[in-house]
Amino acid sequence: MLEALQYEFIQNALLSGLLVSIASGIIGSLIVVNRMVFLAGGIAHTSYGGIGLALFFGIPIFLGASLFAIAAALLMAFLTLHKRERIDTFIGLIWAVGMAIGIIFVDMTPGYNVDLMSYLFGSILAVSDADIYYMGGLVIVIIFIITFWYRDILAVSYDSEYAKLRGINVNLFYTLILVLSALSVVIAIKVVGLILVIALLTIPIYIAEKLSSSLYMMMFISSLLSAFFTLTGLIVSYTLNLTSGASIILVSAFCMVLFLLFKRD
Amino acid sequence: MKAIEIKNVNFAYEDELVLENINLEVEERDFLAIIGPNGGGKSTLFKLILGLLQAQNGEIKIFGQKIKKSLSTLGYVPQNTNVNTHFPIKVIEVVLMGHIGDKPPLIGYRKEEIACATNALKQVGMEKFAHKKIGELSGGQRQRVMIARALCAHPKILLLDEPTSNIDATGQKQIYELLQKLNQNITVVVVSHDLSIILEYATKVAHINKNLAYHDISEHKKRKFFTKDEHFCEVELLQMLGR
Repeated sequence: MLEALQYEFIQNALLSGLLVSIASGIIGSLIVVNRMVFLAGGIAHTSYGGIGLALFFGIPIFLGASLFAIAAALLMAFLTLHKRERIDTFIGLIWAVGMAIGIIFVDMTPGYNVDLMSYLFGSILAVSDADIYYMGGLVIVIIFIITFWYRDILAVSYDSEYAKLRGINVNLFYTLILVLSALSVVIAIKVVGLILVIALLTIPIYIAEKLSSSLYMMMFISSLLSAFFTLTGLIVSYTLNLTSGASIILVSAFCMVLFLLFKRD
Repeated sequence: MKAIEIKNVNFAYEDELVLENINLEVEERDFLAIIGPNGGGKSTLFKLILGLLQAQNGEIKIFGQKIKKSLSTLGYVPQNTNVNTHFPIKVIEVVLMGHIGDKPPLIGYRKEEIACATNALKQVGMEKFAHKKIGELSGGQRQRVMIARALCAHPKILLLDEPTSNIDATGQKQIYELLQKLNQNITVVVVSHDLSIILEYATKVAHINKNLAYHDISEHKKRKFFTKDEHFCEVELLQMLGR
């Protein structure tokens, strides 16, 4: 097991696992307390359209997926703020159309696309240095925003009506949370894949919520739990030669079941 | 100067007229109860005063100024304090929300803000619960926390929407006694359908059902509404308010 650590791809896997855990712990907490899980799921799947476009035009996958996910997040923020009563329909629509765009563009891309499956189930063992820089940059941005606008974000998340009344630009923060979610979803796709990203954004968060008395603590515990699940999942995946993303999620789910069985009350 | 001045206000959702030609003046340190049937427009009037809705015509002034300019003089306690009870937030953090909108420090909250929030919790008798999770409190305790949050912003007018709708009888009495105490310095406006309890404490009452009927209830008049066993007769009041 230990000799594996000298390989660069293993080092990158561990580092990216850690970075994604921090991002998903913080942003996942915001997604859960703001009840945006379905929205985040929509954005995750829509970003597949960005992957297709990026493959077709030969631009970096992260860039393509990020831009597409941001566009989806802005569109969903706009629809949520202006057409609230129909939002579930619109999310479903954007979700499906985004994926369809992705599939069509992958079809039109010449050559053999061996990468495709890796976006559905993640490819943490194929994380490049450039990916690490991107993830690191995003984590810094997220921590920066949460640190300096914590009180506004807390107020908007807990009681948006009151926040609005006190002159906070609720729509701006709501959109900001969605855009950050979109970016976090994109980097989480690299680690656990499109299908499983929502599990990473909810399972550790669910456990953390029960253990926390403040949003800050919830973010911190979520990040720790995510990191633990990701590393344990990686070890399982390495020793049993299983798909990494699915291993991470099953480890998380197993821990959640244990937690539910043994927690008091 | 009038605390709240409402002149010829009409409001309609789409084509349905909810409030018609509303005129109302609230003096400083009044304790105004807004009563009326469900769907009568109580909450709508409230939202108009808070600037959450815009009237189609007429004007509303707070201490002689437009609402947008006077938001800082308004303290608001929402109707449903049972939302988001699973939210991981401490009582003190909820109260500190009263300070958002003020110029923030670089990180977190100022010392004065924390002192002010602690003081507000003392005023409502909840300082012992400062570090409890909001979900662990009872409905009445949560309502007090929301009042503390409103007080934290140093309002001149405190607006409460159905403050006792989810609270048992003892809790209701405590809330109103607290409001009466606060009323020594602050104008209080309460929307409620708990007629019997609110009229013990209110000094003025406005009945809204699309239109508004307004009455000053001095001590002398108030006595008339209570029968010998101190039980309040709603029918007589509604007659007086001209239904």
